[in-house]
Amino acid sequence: MGKRVGIEVSIAIADAVKLARADVIAAYPITPQTHIVEHLSEIVANGELDAEFITVESEHAAMSCCCGSSAAGARTYTATSSQGLALMSEILYHPGPMRLPIVMTVANRALAAPISIWNDHQDIMAQRDIGWIQTFAENGQEAVDLTLHAFRVAEDRKVSLPMIVNIDGFTLSHVIEPIVIPDQEEVDAYLPAFKPRVRLDVKKPVTMGPVGIPEVYTEAKMAHNEAIKASKRVILQGWKEFAEIFGREYNPVETYRSEDAEVLLVTMGSISETAMSAVDAMRDKGASVGLVRIRLWRPFPGPEFRKAAGKASVLAVIDRCLPPGAVCGPVGAELRSLFYKMPGAPKIFSFVAGLGGRDVTVERFEEIVDKARAYAKKRPTELYEVIGVREI
Amino acid sequence: MITELEKFKGFSAKNLPKEEVLAPGHRACQGCGEVLALRMVMKALGKDVIVCNATGCMEIITSPFPQTSWQVPWIHIAFENAASVASGIESARKVLMRKGRIPKRHVDILAVGGDGATGDIGLNWISGAMERGHDFLYVCLDNEAYMNTGVQRSGCTPYGAMTTTSPPGKKSFGQVTWKKNIPAIMAAHEIPYVATASPAYFLDLMNKVKKAALVEGPAYVHIYSPCPTGWGSAGERSVEFAKLAVETRIFPLYEVIEGRYVISRKITKPKPVADYFKGQRRFRHLSEEHLSFIQAKVDEEYARLVKLAEAT
Ligand SMILES: Cc1ncc(C[n+]2csc(CCOP(=O)(O)OP(=O)(O)O)c2C)c(N)n1
Ligand code: SF4
Ligand SMILES: [Mg+2]
Repeated sequence: MGKRVGIEVSIAIADAVKLARADVIAAYPITPQTHIVEHLSEIVANGELDAEFITVESEHAAMSCCCGSSAAGARTYTATSSQGLALMSEILYHPGPMRLPIVMTVANRALAAPISIWNDHQDIMAQRDIGWIQTFAENGQEAVDLTLHAFRVAEDRKVSLPMIVNIDGFTLSHVIEPIVIPDQEEVDAYLPAFKPRVRLDVKKPVTMGPVGIPEVYTEAKMAHNEAIKASKRVILQGWKEFAEIFGREYNPVETYRSEDAEVLLVTMGSISETAMSAVDAMRDKGASVGLVRIRLWRPFPGPEFRKAAGKASVLAVIDRCLPPGAVCGPVGAELRSLFYKMPGAPKIFSFVAGLGGRDVTVERFEEIVDKARAYAKKRPTELYEVIGVREI
Repeated sequence: MITELEKFKGFSAKNLPKEEVLAPGHRACQGCGEVLALRMVMKALGKDVIVCNATGCMEIITSPFPQTSWQVPWIHIAFENAASVASGIESARKVLMRKGRIPKRHVDILAVGGDGATGDIGLNWISGAMERGHDFLYVCLDNEAYMNTGVQRSGCTPYGAMTTTSPPGKKSFGQVTWKKNIPAIMAAHEIPYVATASPAYFLDLMNKVKKAALVEGPAYVHIYSPCPTGWGSAGERSVEFAKLAVETRIFPLYEVIEGRYVISRKITKPKPVADYFKGQRRFRHLSEEHLSFIQAKVDEEYARLVKLAEAT
């Protein structure tokens, strides 16, 4: 059994990486991710973790080092945020098709301009299609647990894909929470040593990252897509075994008071905690409201989500990202596609909220639910609305 | 003197490795000086090497899936980051050997890129890797332009040369900037070994590559690589041009060993630069004035190199 301690979430994530016995860490500082890698540097410097910490000159180099390290057969970790993730972008598309398991924490933060260090999901949504498995943590415990789970799944030979654990910048990264830090023996039992199927080895030469001529490119892309779809079985298995060893259960989507709810809020990440309070407040007033939280974003858990949505007639989707000129936010668009022309499909509205660190309060969630209800009766001109805009 | 280099006897016509680590059948143009140089690099390194290739001609012509010319482990990620990929591999091997997860054995790590990959877009990545001191060697195959994308100018394109983005015209005479001195930038990182080499002097080239591999820590070799396609020169004259570049002092051969400049081949009676320019379409439009300007600048640079060698 692990020990429950009051600890900053970033420090706890660094501890999880230590418990996972990472071999190589290549990272570059950026707020609000910095505490994770600072703490990892410390852990490596004082000999608690036998790893190589590569103090790279940029995030692009960090991800490039990670590709090399993973290809050489080392358990590889990095973390970043916002501008750093954007700078990595070119290289983020490589480890997926090249089947290089790398684990990365993204402490989600807004993208410039205007420059903002505060939290939303614009950084990761801009990288939605990089072909990594992606999960979103709601709280500190989950951030730790999903980190261990990520190594377990990414490195599974049936999967061999990179994996991102998203944690909300500041609202998760910088808060102190009570967290159970697992024992090393438990983690060792859960997480076998990384044994890649192929690696860069002079005894067995392989060519990695060749040119994809038109005759093979589609097949290469298809193979990657099939791999990420098929990874769901291992993701679920990884959570099942996690529950057996650590006693905490995880699913691709979670529900909160969603039974018979007429309106369902849909959230990802730490905002879900406020959303739950809002659901309680609305239920107290007799409203038929519940919550569905998406934990697994890629591969998207379609059947699980449809089941969780049950018979709700309205989905009020919170999008922490505003894609300028789009039909609606990315989560809203995903769900609209999922339910398109399904018999009994709910009406879906996207509410863009909490951009650049703007608080989303219980009252805001109530406003969102009211609006969604109204829009279900009278179709609005737009499929989304930006919530909480100040009148200037 | 670096101890690893003391023991090295050097290649000679008698002990040249027969094995082709870079297999024939690749898709380089006829007379490609870059693939010729790369073949020599790989012969010098042998089979205990992991190669990180930057995007560019050599990556494209050697790896059209499902074919490969590589008899050694090889990885390509992107254009600018071969030095970072090499850093990751070197660090991974270090920790895995320390932890007993892979057999303890020295393997050379080679990052290789063109002049564009090295001196322009990838300079940051290389600088970072050199500064961190990874044990690897970086080889730049300098054909003096972005050839893979159709002969655009790079920072290493020589003064006056015609490329598709430095075309001579009413208001231009081609490339307006002087060739960027990448070996000097590398030497400024105070790494143990920097050298320039040419496929026309193949023993010298192979010895330098081997030395770069032998020294502990980062090393850099800048190899002049004629490109008949991009230069508008005859394929069968590539080695000749490589030789002329040295004999005219346009591309001097030297080493920088722990900061000490050593000229590998002193050119006491240089040929006029005009000899080198003849037969290359990229220089055809240049006037006498251009040539004398270039001659003066080449002389000046060589004199500086001689002074550096004397002073260090
Ligand atoms: C980030 C990025 N920018 C541009 C390119 C396009 N590109 C591919 S190879 C190349 C030029 C390569 O030039 P060089 O490094 O000199 O190698 P060469 O082909 O001449 O051997 C360019 C511009 C790319 N692949 N990636
Ligand atoms: S374009 Fe030049 S460098 Fe590229 S393969 Fe052809 S000859 Fe070689
Ligand atoms: Mg080039």
